[in-house]
Amino acid sequence: MLTGFFFHFGRYTLLLKSMWKRPENGAIYWQETMRQMVSLGVGSLVIVFIISVFMGAVTTVQTAYQLVSGFIPRSIIGSIVSDSSILELAPTITSLVLAGKIGSNMASEIGTMRVTEQIDALEIMGVNAPGYLLMPRIVSALIMVPLLIMLSTALCIGGGILAGHLSGIIESSVFIDGARSTFKAFNVGFAMSKAITYGFMISSISCYQGYYTEGGALEVGKSSTKAVVFSCILILLSDYVLAQLIL
Amino acid sequence: MIRLQDVRKTFGQQEVLKGISSTFHPGKVNMIIGASGSGKSVLMKAMVGLHPITSGHIFYGDTDLANINETDRLSLRRKIGMLFQNSALFDSMTVEENVLFPLNMFTQESKSQKLERVNFCLERVGLINTNKKFPSEISGGMKKRVGIARAIVLNPAFLFVDEPNSGLDPLTSILIDELIKEITEEYQMTTLVNTHDMNSVMEIGDHIVYIYKGEKCWEGDKNAILTTDNEILNNFVFATNFLKDFKQRRN
Ligand SMILES: Nc1ncnc2c1ncn2[C@@H]1O[C@H](COP(=O)(O)OP(=O)(O)OP(=O)(O)O)[C@@H](O)[C@H]1O
Ligand SMILES: [Mg+2]
Repeated sequence: MLTGFFFHFGRYTLLLKSMWKRPENGAIYWQETMRQMVSLGVGSLVIVFIISVFMGAVTTVQTAYQLVSGFIPRSIIGSIVSDSSILELAPTITSLVLAGKIGSNMASEIGTMRVTEQIDALEIMGVNAPGYLLMPRIVSALIMVPLLIMLSTALCIGGGILAGHLSGIIESSVFIDGARSTFKAFNVGFAMSKAITYGFMISSISCYQGYYTEGGALEVGKSSTKAVVFSCILILLSDYVLAQLIL
Repeated sequence: MIRLQDVRKTFGQQEVLKGISSTFHPGKVNMIIGASGSGKSVLMKAMVGLHPITSGHIFYGDTDLANINETDRLSLRRKIGMLFQNSALFDSMTVEENVLFPLNMFTQESKSQKLERVNFCLERVGLINTNKKFPSEISGGMKKRVGIARAIVLNPAFLFVDEPNSGLDPLTSILIDELIKEITEEYQMTTLVNTHDMNSVMEIGDHIVYIYKGEKCWEGDKNAILTTDNEILNNFVFATNFLKDFKQRRN
């Protein structure tokens, strides 16, 4: 188990290192990065939209349910929902969902290229395969995951306001006042540093799993499952570590 | 020139290549023949450096593939064109983009020059009007031909083709054989072809290596193949009735 960990960690590090070579042709890498950003970003919009709005709505209703005392001003609901959206719900939950979507996608794409010898074909041409395949994916995840999480935060809070309004729990203006009263810019910075960390983890782990797929279609499926599982575990682990370290 | 010296390759317990030595000269179509599972594909992948070999040496000119540095390896690879047995086309790209890919990656020509070259190569393998199709939309034989077009688009000094004819009809098969022969002679490429198609061996083989269960069992030119008394080779070659007739008539 321990040797397994060191084996994978070593191979993972080496793979990331071998990515750092001068691109054979910058324009192609750029194009590929753009393509990945579109597929990753636009492709995840719907799912991010759905989960964020519902997350915010549910949190509002539940917080209201728990705050039964009349002494506590209702505006607290707004501050609780917005703070937890910014700090935890949007970055972590959204990343977990993105790990499922982007991670499995990257692992199976690269895994399929491996088992159908497309990666060998790249290498034979003299292309640095880790650079060409991993770099654009990791770069685009580093950019798009934080953007998606920003969007998710906004939608989450929006969902909260909407649910509060529709169910008559809390007026929008009161909600927003509450949210403003405890808002700290630091929290946003913290959330973004989480987002960048998660974006890197999801993309690099999934690429690693795909890149070292051996066998056939069956193994591609296994790699993509592993990519999702390991990304999720590491997201939660680093969520805790970051919270301990920074908060 | 490529020279093999006692090349061995084991996968786990299984020894797939059992000490193969040979020399392949430029301008010649070198053919590696052998039954299914005899180790042809493994040998070819070992020669291009995809499978690190267990022992022995592979020389490109005077450089040993085993102790070549990273920069030289990359520049050597740019001189290699290869068709994989299963074509290995990039399935996120169209036919045209597949053939264009090496040009885009490694040349600075203008877009129209590149496209002209792509169309020229696709025409030579007999593919027209498929430029915008994806690999999943064309037949196996067409994939092979796209793979060949992609392999030759940069005019490689070393051309490796793994079973160019499997899955092709006889006419296209002859077209591909002739193409391989032509470009090999025209550009003085060192060409290696894996095949079990005896027709193309008799058609274009200049130098033939017969692999039997991972060992080099016989080596020579195509005329010698018909007169050899190597039993194992005879069993392989004269499995086709056509050639049996041929030999009987000759005798
Ligand atoms: N990656 C691998 N791992 C383990 N064994 C392998 C691997 N690749 C090939 N082999 C084994 O090597 C032997 C030779 O395989 P190879 O693909 O070279 O055959 P071939 O001569 O190309 O056959 P065909 O004409 O059917 O393509 C087979 O027994 C195969 O099981
Ligand atoms: Mg083979």
